[in-house]
Amino acid sequence: MQTKNQPTALNVAYVANLARLHLTDDEIATFQPQMEHIVGYVQQIGALDVSGVEPTLHAVEVTNVLRKDVSRPGLDHERVMANAPSEVNGLFMVPKIVE
Amino acid sequence: MEFDFNALTVAESRRLLDGGACTSEQLTAALVQRIRERDPEIKAYVTVDAEMALAQARAADIARAAGGRGVLLGIPLGIKDLLNVEGQPCTCSSRLLEGYIAPYDATAIARLRAAGAVFLGRTNMDEFAMGSSTENSAFQVTRNPIDTTRVPGGSSGGSAAALAAGEAIATLGTDTGGSIRQPAAFCGCTGLKPTYGRISRYGLTAFASSLDQIGPMTKSVEDAAILLGVMSGLDPMDSTTLDVPVPDYTKALREDLTGIRLGLPREYFIDGMDPAVRASMDAAVELCRSLGAQIVDVSLPHTEYSIAVYYIIATAEASANLARFDGVRYGHRTAQADDPIDMYGKTRQEGFGPEVKRRIILGTYVLSSGYYDAYYLKAQKVRTLIRRDFEHAFQSCDALLAPATPTPAFRVGENTSDPLKMYLSDVFTATANLAGICAMSVPSYPTPEGLPVGLQILGPAFGEERILHIGHAFEKRLGRS
Repeated sequence: MQTKNQPTALNVAYVANLARLHLTDDEIATFQPQMEHIVGYVQQIGALDVSGVEPTLHAVEVTNVLRKDVSRPGLDHERVMANAPSEVNGLFMVPKIVE
Repeated sequence: MEFDFNALTVAESRRLLDGGACTSEQLTAALVQRIRERDPEIKAYVTVDAEMALAQARAADIARAAGGRGVLLGIPLGIKDLLNVEGQPCTCSSRLLEGYIAPYDATAIARLRAAGAVFLGRTNMDEFAMGSSTENSAFQVTRNPIDTTRVPGGSSGGSAAALAAGEAIATLGTDTGGSIRQPAAFCGCTGLKPTYGRISRYGLTAFASSLDQIGPMTKSVEDAAILLGVMSGLDPMDSTTLDVPVPDYTKALREDLTGIRLGLPREYFIDGMDPAVRASMDAAVELCRSLGAQIVDVSLPHTEYSIAVYYIIATAEASANLARFDGVRYGHRTAQADDPIDMYGKTRQEGFGPEVKRRIILGTYVLSSGYYDAYYLKAQKVRTLIRRDFEHAFQSCDALLAPATPTPAFRVGENTSDPLKMYLSDVFTATANLAGICAMSVPSYPTPEGLPVGLQILGPAFGEERILHIGHAFEKRLGRS
């Protein structure tokens, strides 16, 4: 893991690892200049003065919506598990996590 | 066959069905037949379930015989493959979701179903709605039925192409930065992006949660009003839906524009604009004036930053939303992995196409430590300025007129080698998503070579009745000219 030497500019291989996305060497070679081009474009907002401007998270005002804490039916278990890539006894199977 | 079923609108289909002139089964069968004939070339659909559609149609005919009068009873629709329809595949045109069967209905789908709609199949799109040409589909490239050497636009390109090819009565799209309006403009149909919070996003596969909206794609403005009314409203499953009354939108449709002030944002009429689009816009503005509208000059000064802001915010949200595709619970999983981390990385490499990977990388980068303030936070602040631009503009006019796209439909392959060039095709549409307002593209004067051009009508938040009124008046007058 590259935790010590933080990249100063967009390093595709480093960022892809943060995103849990494997890339081939060919993909890295293709994406690196494309991403630099795109980042170069979006950097234009750096020139704008936004001091005193509040960020917009949602364009329309949204507030917390609460409901009574009572149980209600969820999705049908069998239909959900039918989509599982690997399933045993109604549980999702994954590769071993701890030794 | 007595009727040209393929050209029918929702309103016309309803009149035929209510009057007993045809059955939903006949109508649905005619569309299925059309899909069989035309779709091998157009490739608008990724899945067609004719058997299910015909069963729904027969059920609608029985309900109608028993006095049922659902607003969409027996009307066949095409649904963008980003929305969950219970028991149907929902691939989002991605290898990652091949084989996934939706275990529930999206709220918009449940409401269409309750109104009696028949679901023909799932329409093609750019993978996870990331693209402007539908060339990013993992499965097929959809062709523009008006000129099959050209793209239908995107990301809801299959939904637009299905309409233009007569393969559906109406369709659903989703719009994060223009994905309803741009393909509607390219294929000569009507596409409406509602105000953020108007239609529930529950069951819509999330791309950028603060920007996404579901909307109708139709052959008339009246149809857009009908579908919008069915799908709109508060939903406990989406806490961003707002408790704003849902009017009968069809009552807003009038044929003159007396007393309406229409703003022309000068930043949308830039030098170097495609001459055919410019000519079409000039003629459209004159037509609105002839209908009684007053034309006023307005300014949206931060327009030039909109694409940069859009691609920072949309990809940041996408990188978080797409983290769910990890091979654990559904969809593709890599065949061989040493541990879960290895499984995630390989699954995502194998399942996602290049544009989705680029956007995950950009979104992760703008959120990463050391870059968050300079990109993501800054973009959210510029978003505030863009929103204020619109608030200010709507103080001096009722709605805005602008081109939907800078050019007519481009050729297949023309923009695929330059991702940034493709992004810039969203320049006139992404602002409405950033501001959360409603906007619609309606067919305007075509180019001299016959390519469709879209007139975009932008209204304030929850101003759908107003833009439908303007769009309807424009459409009716254009149809007579």
